[in-house]
Amino acid sequence: MDTVRQNVNLTETKNNLKKQQRRLLMRKFLSNKPAVTGLSIMLFLIILSTVGAWLVQYSPLEMDPTSRLEGPSAEHVLGTDNFGRDLLSRVIYGSQVSLIVGFSVALITSVCGMIIGLYASYYKRLDNILMRICDGLMSFPAILLAIAIMAALGPSINNVILALSIVYTPHIARVVRSSGIVVRKQTYIEAIESQGASSTRVIWKRMAPNTLSPLIVQSTFIFANAIIIEAALSFLGAGVPAPQPSWGNILYDGKLVIFNAWWMTVFPGICIILSTLGLNLAGDGLRDIIDPNS
Amino acid sequence: MQPQVTEKKPLLNVKGLKKYFPVKTPLGRTVEHVKAVNDVSFKLFEGETYGLVGESGCGKSTTGRTILGLDNPTEGELLYKDQNILDDPKKSFVKLKKDFQMVFQDPFSSLNPRQRIGSILEEPLIIHNIASKQKRMDMVMEILHKVGLSSDNYYHYPHEFSGGQRQRIGIARALIINPKIIICDEPVSALDVSTQSQIINLMQELQKEYKLTYLFIAHDISVVRHISDRIGVMYLGKIVEEAETEDLISNPSHPYSQALLSAVPLPEPSIKKERIILKGDIPSPLNPPSGCFFHTRCPIAEDICSEKVPVRKEIRPNHFVSCHLVD
Repeated sequence: MDTVRQNVNLTETKNNLKKQQRRLLMRKFLSNKPAVTGLSIMLFLIILSTVGAWLVQYSPLEMDPTSRLEGPSAEHVLGTDNFGRDLLSRVIYGSQVSLIVGFSVALITSVCGMIIGLYASYYKRLDNILMRICDGLMSFPAILLAIAIMAALGPSINNVILALSIVYTPHIARVVRSSGIVVRKQTYIEAIESQGASSTRVIWKRMAPNTLSPLIVQSTFIFANAIIIEAALSFLGAGVPAPQPSWGNILYDGKLVIFNAWWMTVFPGICIILSTLGLNLAGDGLRDIIDPNS
Repeated sequence: MQPQVTEKKPLLNVKGLKKYFPVKTPLGRTVEHVKAVNDVSFKLFEGETYGLVGESGCGKSTTGRTILGLDNPTEGELLYKDQNILDDPKKSFVKLKKDFQMVFQDPFSSLNPRQRIGSILEEPLIIHNIASKQKRMDMVMEILHKVGLSSDNYYHYPHEFSGGQRQRIGIARALIINPKIIICDEPVSALDVSTQSQIINLMQELQKEYKLTYLFIAHDISVVRHISDRIGVMYLGKIVEEAETEDLISNPSHPYSQALLSAVPLPEPSIKKERIILKGDIPSPLNPPSGCFFHTRCPIAEDICSEKVPVRKEIRPNHFVSCHLVD
């Protein structure tokens, strides 16, 4: 009887403890203002790019030569560009391209960079080979390398994503490798290795979480940079093909007329700032939530 | 204490263990070797505690790590259950990792700051595929009680604990898969004195309960003396003297053991002790002295000491010394 009662008590305490932990995690998330703000901003931008496209009254490609470079008005809320196209609808349609490019590049580089960085920090021999390749890729200026890859592949969104991923993966790999090497030497890694943990377990379950914070910082930076470089590539004719809008190529078009039509640079600029800020806050917040010391 | 100890079969027999670390040029050519462990032999009997003492850098920890397979030995034999582990180290170590566990020196860096206590203790069970998920949680809770913590600690993070509690967790982690031999690498040297005794007592209780065998590595003789059945004194990668604890403490024969023991403070300040102070530093293990490794600092060294390597001899039952001048 006694042992039965004891067991019941034990399961009860266990369940209570589990519930308590879930509640704590929820509270930790909600009380983390950066995370909540950042995620809200990102959510807003994603909704804008999907739902917003249904709501705008002009096509982003429809030209109107009679109303070129008009400032914000009731008819064109954000004004028009140098071909008389409605800026609001261009910015909204452009957000689709930019967000997809930014997210995909950030995601692909994070995943690839993490794999390369972690294995390089775990296996010393591999480290020499992988890091020399990364050094080679990093020694080209980012834009030049991207243009070269684009020239070989031809202009399209998928190729932009591919090219930028190749350009930025070494950056992530470097960062992950350096913090991976620090973690690798810790006694707790040695402890589980001495207990017979497999290399996969050590690398992915124990080393990876400890390299997350620098990775998050680096990948939000890459997200913003990918949007800008995509614009530069479009400008040079190697990015997203011409009439299709993206935040970056609106910005580039606006650069030529910045003194006559400030709205062409300001509005897409604000969007880029907002998305970068949002992702940064979300990333920072996320890092704090998963950090047990906070 | 146990006069018949030599007739018993050793649980682990370490024979001529060597670990040399290569020193490489930037181009990868090996120029010389750091001889960290240089021909170490000893036996571990079931249920006993073997203390390994010596100053910093003498190879105590490397010996422990090599036995555990954290470092690959250069040479030697490790006989466990009549099998030489080193015949096929990769295969045997995987199997034997369940039987050999380690308690680490630094309780702060030996626990992953991102893992909860429950998950840290569960990990060895998962690695060795023991029990179901529910059962594992019960086992963790049980072991937490055994080492003097409570079930509430399951969801806590390591930074919420003090050094002594962290070391308890470290012991629990080593204990949870029922090992035979625990290698304790200076488990109390990072703790303050009052906590040290608690941890030592805990380890002794657990030893009795689970019939554990300890290889206890430390530089503090008073701690080793308290817990060990036998003690081996190490100098520059070699065991210079080995005897049962009381025998060694009261009758140290090797001049190095004598010097080491004379450095232990006595609890009675009125007794004036003759302190043997060794001259010079411990020689570099890159190229150890000729003959007896200790002759450069030995107060009684003679010509023969720098010429011939001393042989290990039994001067009393179970009391082994490697010195030319001791009979």
